[in-house]
Amino acid sequence: MNLPAIWAIYLYEMKRFFRTLMESLLSPVISTSLYFVVFGAAIGSRIDEVEGVSYGAFIVPGLIMLSVMTQAISNASFGIYFPKFIGTIFELLSAPVNFLEIVLGYVGAAATKSLLIGIVILVTAGFFVEIQIMHPWAMLAFLLLTCISFSLFGFIIGIWAENFQQLQLIPLLVITPLIFLGGAFYSISMLPESWQTVALFNPVVYLVSGFRWSFFGTADVGVGWSLLAIAAFTGVCMGVVWWIFKTGYRIKS
Amino acid sequence: MTAIVDVRNMGKVYDGGHVALKDVSIQIEEGEIIALLGPNGAGKTTLISALCGIVTPSSGHGTVGGHDVVTGYRKARAMIGLVPQEIALEPFEKVINTVRFSRGLFGKKRNEALIEKILRQLSLWDKRNSRIRELSGGMKRRVLIAKALCHEPRVLFLDEPTAGVDVELRRDMWQVVEDLRKSGVTIILTTHYIEEAEAIADRIAVINKGQILLVEPKADLMSRMGQKTLRIDLMEPQRDVPAALAAFDVTLSADGQSLSYIYDTGGERTGITRLLQTLAAEGLALRDIQTKQSSLEEIFVGLIKEGEP
Repeated sequence: MNLPAIWAIYLYEMKRFFRTLMESLLSPVISTSLYFVVFGAAIGSRIDEVEGVSYGAFIVPGLIMLSVMTQAISNASFGIYFPKFIGTIFELLSAPVNFLEIVLGYVGAAATKSLLIGIVILVTAGFFVEIQIMHPWAMLAFLLLTCISFSLFGFIIGIWAENFQQLQLIPLLVITPLIFLGGAFYSISMLPESWQTVALFNPVVYLVSGFRWSFFGTADVGVGWSLLAIAAFTGVCMGVVWWIFKTGYRIKS
Repeated sequence: MTAIVDVRNMGKVYDGGHVALKDVSIQIEEGEIIALLGPNGAGKTTLISALCGIVTPSSGHGTVGGHDVVTGYRKARAMIGLVPQEIALEPFEKVINTVRFSRGLFGKKRNEALIEKILRQLSLWDKRNSRIRELSGGMKRRVLIAKALCHEPRVLFLDEPTAGVDVELRRDMWQVVEDLRKSGVTIILTTHYIEEAEAIADRIAVINKGQILLVEPKADLMSRMGQKTLRIDLMEPQRDVPAALAAFDVTLSADGQSLSYIYDTGGERTGITRLLQTLAAEGLALRDIQTKQSSLEEIFVGLIKEGEP
């Protein structure tokens, strides 16, 4: 294992995050605050409680997931796309590193960034509503797994993308709808029955549900299913990444 | 002397079917400077890329320091420094950080003293805290060299190191290469400037259309390059080479209009004076005289023609 290489990549990526710390943290904090004003105060005041939790608090786990997923994807995809775009990828390819080390460096950094953002949003939310965390370790585990799996997914998008438009395509076209339809702002039990069945095919439902369970102890789907879903998603992403490096897909001829 | 870089029957066919390398074999001795000369698209960069791990060879194999570049890539690549042809650097990063990053990537512990030495050697020390985008093109190229050297490679690949670089920087670059050679680094550079190969290489390999056409010590190749051709256009066409010129190695063109005389500029006497005197004595009127240096291009063309049916 080339540990200095993993550390070098990790540090290099984290530096970019800290170089633009204000921008990196400010935008999720502001957008979260806006969500609270709109959904928590304006609309939320007309909704009593969802599953025994005030609506303002109910949307906290979903909001954190929303930011963490999008940030993990955008950070990881940009992190590996940028060297491809400016040509510095040659250095990674010609260095004595294997695919696992490259992935650990990039995905590790992207996961760390999104984890930090998730925590910042949790703290921000604390200013607006009273938050209780029933299962803190499970909460942390769900958060961490989401950061890692979506960073892996972002890494794949970054490798696949051939231009900046494609880099935005998947997050905009696939991820955002899945997150919005994934019960970030509501319980899927509030949907008509037929739509509940459809929702069960949305992987994000399982992640949000499991994460919300760690806060309030109530869930749309069983926690076991949530864990299984996130493990499966992580596994699929790792498989694809392994295949990418084995075949050199879009990075090596 | 052992071959530090050993390429055996290497071939590369790109996905589109383009054959970039055909059965290339070359052995490079430790401590030498070898120039890969060839026109654009000859396969120079592909050969380097295959050895460094940027492209996967389709056939054959290569070793660096005895380690196979595919199966033993970790050990092989650890010995290699690569300066690519294109300037590829992250524009927002500081010079010193990007150099530190390269050292880390190659698995080496931090060594600030070494990095300082390299940056000073390349006149980059004053710019160490500048962002890459603030640097001139020549400076960026130096940063690439610093990045390639910071992990103490035994073999350095320089892909067109002086393409688009001003004369002064080119000479600096040659000096850097000379210093590296003194420290025992083996250097493989690609170029299409003959003067560059002439200035720094020990051996020259000519490559075209994915094939190595020759590998020769520079001195041998240069002696062939030293030849010039004198062409004399005559007022009156001749049927044969005039008898008085028999002592000279002259040839008459097919239309009888011009004479060609090949001479060596490096020789003690070129024989031009005597040839012209003889022509005048024979009463042959001249229309025009021109001389032509046999250039690398001509050697290329000659070699390529030899290779074709």
